[in-house]
Amino acid sequence: MTSSRSAITFALLLLAPALIYILAIVAYPLVDTIILSFTNAALRPTYDFVGWANYQKIFGAGNFTEIIIRTLVWTFFSVSLKMIIGMYGAVLLNSAIPGQTVFRILTMPPWIVPMAIGIYMWAWMYNGNFGMISGLLQNFGLVDGPVAFLAYGDTAFWATIVTDVWIGVPMVTIYFLAAMQSISKDLYEAAWTDGAGRFYRWRRITLPLMLPAIVTMSLLSLIATFNSFDIIYILTNGGPSGSTTTMIIDTYKTAMGSRN
Amino acid sequence: MSVGVVLQPQVVEAPALIVPKKRVRSTVAMIDRYKWYEFVAIYAGMAVFLFFVLAPFIEGFLVSLKPLAQLFSTPYSFIPKNGSFDAYFTMWQSVPMLGLHIFNSFFISSVVTAIVIVIVVPAAYAFARFQFPASGLMLGGFLAVNMFSGAVLLIPLFRLMRGLGMLNTYWAMIVPGAAFLIPSSIFLLRTYMLRIPKELDEAAWVDGASRLYTLRRVILPLAMPGIVVVAIMTFIGAYAQQFIFALTFNSKTEYMPLPIGLFAFFGKQEVQWNELMAASFVGIMPVMIVIIFLQRYLVAGLTAGAVKQ
Repeated sequence: MTSSRSAITFALLLLAPALIYILAIVAYPLVDTIILSFTNAALRPTYDFVGWANYQKIFGAGNFTEIIIRTLVWTFFSVSLKMIIGMYGAVLLNSAIPGQTVFRILTMPPWIVPMAIGIYMWAWMYNGNFGMISGLLQNFGLVDGPVAFLAYGDTAFWATIVTDVWIGVPMVTIYFLAAMQSISKDLYEAAWTDGAGRFYRWRRITLPLMLPAIVTMSLLSLIATFNSFDIIYILTNGGPSGSTTTMIIDTYKTAMGSRN
Repeated sequence: MSVGVVLQPQVVEAPALIVPKKRVRSTVAMIDRYKWYEFVAIYAGMAVFLFFVLAPFIEGFLVSLKPLAQLFSTPYSFIPKNGSFDAYFTMWQSVPMLGLHIFNSFFISSVVTAIVIVIVVPAAYAFARFQFPASGLMLGGFLAVNMFSGAVLLIPLFRLMRGLGMLNTYWAMIVPGAAFLIPSSIFLLRTYMLRIPKELDEAAWVDGASRLYTLRRVILPLAMPGIVVVAIMTFIGAYAQQFIFALTFNSKTEYMPLPIGLFAFFGKQEVQWNELMAASFVGIMPVMIVIIFLQRYLVAGLTAGAVKQ
């Protein structure tokens, strides 16, 4: 089967539905966004082009740089923690102990349940008076009074990160586990014969050979985390006083507020 | 002579994408032998890990058992005193449309999955088999869609949905939902199809089969395991991420999926947390059970380089 003209036509016909769908539902709105960003359009029929005015407005707003930095910090910590905890989970799930299949299944729920439902559960956990975290901390005498995690800027910032990590960890863990299991056993046996300990084998064999998997996962996770919306929207809606407002939340609030 | 006779699917099997279920451990290798304290450390580490993963579910379940009065009382008690399953019965009266919300979640995800599969199978085949101008660029373009989330495109999407008259219908949640799942599904299925030997297409071609016939009768049966993986990944993607489109593009209660429908429990004078949690558990249970049984396909999907979160 050569790449004759008819083959190319056939291939493009096969592609057409996907292409048209994406052009209509993703590309067209994207272009629309860019065009609208140079206008003073609200949800009314006519509008004028205003050049760079909107861009000057957001960069002039003062808190825009702050929001970008906050988004980057939030994303950095969330992705790093996902990678570290995912690796920790994968190493444990890769060890030869009884019950591994059950443990692997128990790792999956945060990934599979509708995100919003997991987040409602976290919202209750973070409740200062009645939630589990504050309650247990008080029971063990680690804190004096109730801690309302979502009421203060600092704790709310970390609370949203923890929830994001919780949702992302199962996929990272399972992906790392699969990558780990594809490493040849011979390498470990050779190292073991030479007297290498468990940690040394992990450090010198597992980690280097998993580097491509770690890089791939980091990139995927980076994009998803950067665009993470549901968690912050439900838990804090960007508050208290803007301390968890990331770019995506800011975009949404601007859109819903002025529909500009 | 019919092509089907020549190309019995079992003659050449595509390499399995499924990860072997378990290594054979009839004799535990020396290298895998742990000392007692290592066993303790691994199980302790596992307990910590699983507690992090499952804590919200444990808390959610305990909350669903507590009467509302006890829920809002201090000091905190982990284990419910006189807990009961009352919330699991009263929730149906508090939010009469709950059953419908559970159905909607399932229905929207199913339709999204069907649309994605119909669109993705031919596209993945085109990318896996044909050289055409700008094919690499096009694949890259599809993958770039992953960089945008629905939230960024919300306003233009809103205008588009309004223009198409889809606001406040199921389609407002289905159409954009499917769009963001198509690119990674194309990539995943293409990876799978690349492993099906090209000689099969060529043999069918030599026997006079048309291209469409080859796709339908030769490739489709062989790619079926891969299609199943893609379908499951898509379903989970559609099921787990129902929120923002349902929140913004639909205001009719009867079309709301479960995550948005649960807002009804917030609408009371005080939030009915116990019923909210009970409704969450009942709502997700059917899908959870099915997916637990299909979990090895999830692993397979990820191993093949799936893109999903």
